[in-house]
Amino acid sequence: MRTIATVCTLLLVAKGAVAGEDAVLDIEGETFITKTAAPAHMENVDTIFSGWVFRTDETQALQLDDFDNPAFVFVDQALDQWDTAEGSAGKACSSCHEDVSEFEGLKAKLPRVENGELVTLTNLVNTCVTERMGAEEWSYSGSKMSGMTALIAHQSRGMAMDVKIDGDAAPHWELGKEIYYTRVGQLQMACANCHEDNYGNMIRADHLSQGQINGFPLYRLKNAKINTTHGRFKGCMKNIRATPYKEGSAEFKALELYVASRGNGLSVETPAVRN
Amino acid sequence: MKHAFAIAMVVTAVPVWAGEVTPSSVSFDEYGAVTESLTGVTGDPENGAKVFANRKQGNCLACHVNSDMADAPFHGEVGPSLDGVAGRWEIADLRGIVANSKKTFPGTIMPAFYIDAGYERPLEKFSGKSLLSAQQVEDVVAYLMTLTEE
Ligand code: HEC
Ligand code: HEC
Repeated sequence: MRTIATVCTLLLVAKGAVAGEDAVLDIEGETFITKTAAPAHMENVDTIFSGWVFRTDETQALQLDDFDNPAFVFVDQALDQWDTAEGSAGKACSSCHEDVSEFEGLKAKLPRVENGELVTLTNLVNTCVTERMGAEEWSYSGSKMSGMTALIAHQSRGMAMDVKIDGDAAPHWELGKEIYYTRVGQLQMACANCHEDNYGNMIRADHLSQGQINGFPLYRLKNAKINTTHGRFKGCMKNIRATPYKEGSAEFKALELYVASRGNGLSVETPAVRN
Repeated sequence: MKHAFAIAMVVTAVPVWAGEVTPSSVSFDEYGAVTESLTGVTGDPENGAKVFANRKQGNCLACHVNSDMADAPFHGEVGPSLDGVAGRWEIADLRGIVANSKKTFPGTIMPAFYIDAGYERPLEKFSGKSLLSAQQVEDVVAYLMTLTEE
């Protein structure tokens, strides 16, 4: 079994490489790392690939030029939101933060543990919204939040993902890993069955990627909007007829940390484009 | 009434009729084969082909290439090609593989199509239900038996 799995993985890696061989993700003169050696903690995978590598030429092309990338409509809306006062304090993001560019590097390190709690970019934004602006919490994957997190994550575009998995992050990372390998739903599949054992293979019309999140939040042609990491996790779980965890739940945050760590070394691509 | 029944057929798994082997009482041999028909009714290969291709039923094409269905778009490549599968396996093997492939291939990604328990966190509406009915399994197996050409 082990041998078969290994042979398959080798074939798949070769295949993945072929699919992306000629494709170089180069945006405005900057070359992105879409393929690199897997981080040391990964036991069954040697090389990690961005989901971009597995998309069709047409979908890939949309990410090569920011003018063609439909995500930027939403990023621009978030820039307006950045200056919009909300809540009892009468403040906007720009009342406290000089420029959104001050968040350069933030996304590459998230999620991370703060005061004993695992926090995502969405949590950090909501802390400002509720505690500093005195406004109602933004819904986890709503349009305001997905746009704002895309705008902030975009400031780290091109930087390598580098989440911390040891120390106080370790218990969350372990939980995320357990979820990643647990078979769930009526189809009894784990994330690993598709994104570790079968990346590079077609599953009906879909070319399976490694399920990396370095491009999130990202634009999907399927629903013509910005999609969040937890929204994607939810979609994959529903496809295997499993009850998803809630967006923003401890489980999905832990899974986000674990999946992010599987992409340590890939460039942040936010906002990426997928089908 | 007729209408309501049709909807129930689609949404829930088909009820177990008298004389059918229930998902929990299927008898697998040590290699995962199932000798006894699940229904006692000869499988219908034509319906089996439909169940095979249907995304909400077998959705076998999601993972398997099948040249017999060359006209249908998008054959997956997660599993082996099923061309000539009838020459590689006996009918009892194929019944076992479709009913619960994990008995033949431990740890496989291929779903078990005739079990109704042991799911972790299933969506409520699928809890306690099998993916296919006993007759649908027999029909798919009958269809697989027609795949003789490599
Ligand atoms: C039945 C197969 C299957 C399972 C199981 C599955 N996924 Fe997916 N997933 C897909 C498909 C198909 C896509 C779309 C193509 C692609 O990017 O792989 C996808 C896409 C994704 C993406 C988007 C990648 C990108 O670059 O846009 C992420 C992230 C993801 N999955 C994570 C997960 C996680 C986490 C789990 C477990 C909770 C999971 N998936 C379980 C099939 C699956
Ligand atoms: C999610 C993927 C998936 C789906 C869906 C799926 N299979 Fe499979 N199937 C596999 C894999 C993978 C194998 C190989 C066994 C292994 O080593 O895991 C397999 C093996 C088989 C075999 C043995 C083939 C051989 O030549 O040895 C048969 C027969 C088969 N499947 C029939 C079906 C039928 C019929 C359906 C639908 C009712 C189906 N499969 C749905 C993944 C799948």
